Amino acid sequence: MTREQKRKIEGSVALFLSTMAAFFGLFWLVFILGDVLIHGIKALNPSLFMNDPVPPGAEGGGLRNAFVGQLLITLCATLIGVPIGVLGGTFLAEYARGRKIARLISVLADIMVSVPSIVIGTFIYALLVRPFGHFSGWAGAAALAIIMIPVVLRTTEDMLSLVPWTLREAAFALGAPYYKVITQVVYRGAATGILTGILLSIARVAGETAPLLFTSFNNSFFSVDMKQPIASLTVTIFQYAMGPYDSWHEQAWAASFVITLFILLLTITGRLIIRLRYK
Amino acid sequence: MARTAKKNPVDMSFSFITAVASFSVIVFIIGILYVLISESSLAIGKFGVIKFVTSTDWDPVKESFGALTNIYGTVVTTIFSLIISIPVAIGIAIFVTEISPNFLKGPIGVAIELLAAIPSIIYGMWGLFTLSPIMSNHVEPFLKKIFGSVPLIGILFQGTPMGIDILTASVILSIMIIPFTASISRDSFDLTPAVVKESAYAIGATKWEVVKNVVIPYSKLGVFGGVVLSLGRAIGETMAVAFVLGNNHRITTSLLDAAATITVTLANEFAEADKDIYLSALFYLALVLFVMSFITLAMAKFFLIRAERKYSR
Repeated sequence: MTREQKRKIEGSVALFLSTMAAFFGLFWLVFILGDVLIHGIKALNPSLFMNDPVPPGAEGGGLRNAFVGQLLITLCATLIGVPIGVLGGTFLAEYARGRKIARLISVLADIMVSVPSIVIGTFIYALLVRPFGHFSGWAGAAALAIIMIPVVLRTTEDMLSLVPWTLREAAFALGAPYYKVITQVVYRGAATGILTGILLSIARVAGETAPLLFTSFNNSFFSVDMKQPIASLTVTIFQYAMGPYDSWHEQAWAASFVITLFILLLTITGRLIIRLRYK
Repeated sequence: MARTAKKNPVDMSFSFITAVASFSVIVFIIGILYVLISESSLAIGKFGVIKFVTSTDWDPVKESFGALTNIYGTVVTTIFSLIISIPVAIGIAIFVTEISPNFLKGPIGVAIELLAAIPSIIYGMWGLFTLSPIMSNHVEPFLKKIFGSVPLIGILFQGTPMGIDILTASVILSIMIIPFTASISRDSFDLTPAVVKESAYAIGATKWEVVKNVVIPYSKLGVFGGVVLSLGRAIGETMAVAFVLGNNHRITTSLLDAAATITVTLANEFAEADKDIYLSALFYLALVLFVMSFITLAMAKFFLIRAERKYSR
């Protein structure tokens, strides 16, 4: 065999393996999504959304409490996390632009994005659960908000940095103070990007389970009281999937299907907006 | 601009509010560290640092706690998940940047991102109901048959294949971190200047030789950063492994045994810890986890920043 042939064969083998790797990755995606889809759709029915849980064995139970609880916790987390994240990102990209402190906070926020969410759960447990003596929806929302803030902060910073500096100078030239320039010119220019960041951060926290395990805990009854333990889809999935009953497993699949669909839709919407707006 | 900021009171308060909001990140990090240390002070006082991380005891009844079994579980699952995921992720990155026709690049990129967006609890549940039976019925007996009697490697495949073990957990973890490694590697590969690649092609290099000798050496810093970032993610992953690892506080040499990671122990035991020392030991575990992952992530960030600087030059 000549040297050229050897090189060609080596190349084809390596490229073939890379192609296989790509299909291996796709294979898992299709496998997992397909599995969730098949099991989930089978178990979907109106009573899942309309009824509260019934004791195992009884007919017609649902997860209404968990759907409502999940929405409430996510909504409250968004209401706390988004303003702090957007304002924080504004500081980094505007008032502290180019300063060392902005660089530091930006790096720390990047690290915070990947800090184990269960650690944040223990932190909130010490701060908001033990002092009050019971688990609460607010504690869950606070844990999710802490996860959300660095995500929103970093995307806001990046999006504001994309707004051309000349645009600000034009506004300064008209005599506008900086806060007016930010709120009326810069935010408008970056609105789509910031919105996308918010969507993606909601997608990120909506599937979180670990930080809710010992903050909002769980509640097998319907409750909208954020001061009390409240059910969430993810914790319910954990509990039901680990439980011994087939009916629980079915409901866990159905809940997984709904939550996966919701998160993937949010993610795809976010990506589409970025693609349409920035490419 | 600095002058207007001083003059206008509304502007000053606005800048103050934004500053407070962004400093919240620092407050959270210091706050987490402070709270975890003060909550675990009881256990730190009783077990010390060295004794805690080297003791394999985890006995709530005797109130004797050591983190080694948990740290061991975390390290072993993480290492095996990296062994599986790194080659696949780099393969994906090579495929997307160098091989795939243009019309496939977008869809595959999106698919990888979607894989990253699936919540970890879905991975965990899928692992329990779908992957675990496959592992225990097909994959693990097969591996046991091939490697079980090989010296040294054989130790890894002793015991009954149950599907609830280190191997299954590592496979799920690896599927979870493939997207992170792959997308950072892809971005790093993409930064290789076309001119450099073209010169290699011009002297007759094959595509693989260009990848092996030009693209990978050029982007290794970024790829390495991506790998370390994935490592940090894997260390802290909870739900994906909580379903399929069992909760076994023993050091095992076989991949077919149940184990416990720090995260799994926290998820399973935190809400039911009834004694102060037990809860304090769990906070101590959380502290160990936080420090481990923070250092890993900081290292990842360090490499990625170095890589970014290198490419922008």
